[in-house]
Amino acid sequence: MTARIGIVTFPGSLDDRDAARAVRLAGAQAVPLWHGDADLHRVDAVVLPGGFSYGDYLRCGAIARFAPVMERVVSAARGGLPVLGICNGFQVLCESHLLPGALIRNAQRRFVCRDQWLRVDSVRTPWTSAYGAGAELRIPVKNGEGGYVADRRTLDALEAEGRVVFRYLRGNPNGSARDIAGVCNETGTVVGLMPHPEHAVDPLTGPSADGLGMFTSVLSHLVGVA
Amino acid sequence: MPRVVVDVMLKPEILDPQGQAILGALPRLGFDGVRAVRQGKRFELDVVDEMTEQTVRRIAETLLANPVIEEFTVHTG
Repeated sequence: MTARIGIVTFPGSLDDRDAARAVRLAGAQAVPLWHGDADLHRVDAVVLPGGFSYGDYLRCGAIARFAPVMERVVSAARGGLPVLGICNGFQVLCESHLLPGALIRNAQRRFVCRDQWLRVDSVRTPWTSAYGAGAELRIPVKNGEGGYVADRRTLDALEAEGRVVFRYLRGNPNGSARDIAGVCNETGTVVGLMPHPEHAVDPLTGPSADGLGMFTSVLSHLVGVA
Repeated sequence: MPRVVVDVMLKPEILDPQGQAILGALPRLGFDGVRAVRQGKRFELDVVDEMTEQTVRRIAETLLANPVIEEFTVHTG
């Protein structure tokens, strides 16, 4: 039996179907989770997909944080459940205080949508273990509020503890502090990033298949754990 | 019903691209002499008489503001 990976759909989620496809291509079972669910349906990991949950009202991710399903995700994540937040999902994880920092409007004030080079700076998370250290990935980035910010002490701590998971290469698309594209929690099980690995899982439909490694990583982690 | 106002502003050290955009637009519109613009949010809450300022502050720090990047001030009465 393969692993069950839940994909949350909020009102306004856009990339839940691509995330489910990525999970299936990696060989796991994609389990749809609805924002109103107060149950995680025995999933072994959760993906929070991109989009504009609740219309991005108030702040990106601020309303989604209080959805019934998120209360379960937050408590399960504190207990070690692997969680990947992509784009809006990253914003939800920051608003939920599962990840430090916040995402603000892009410094250049424009929505950015392009193929972006990234470097994997930590392969010690369940979501990145399939990559070689320092691997360079080309995957789409598309956001209007993707500028990662945190106070200097937090940024220094993230760097010192190896919790910067991804860094932008060859151009920072949104003014993120220290070119940070993704970070993780203290244990590495919760990872958030602005670029979209689920859009780069098949050369037919994306710029590369470089994003697939995040989904195969968590599958090997879960199969190893089981 | 009493009204409480909560103002939310980005912390000074956080870049405010929207304020920068406004600052950039002003000279083009012929308004000189503005040195800086910061954009924030104002929330007007109609509350019951028994509402305490402490509860309003909890509302502000839980939902209205993200304390990681924003500061808020509560104005009552």
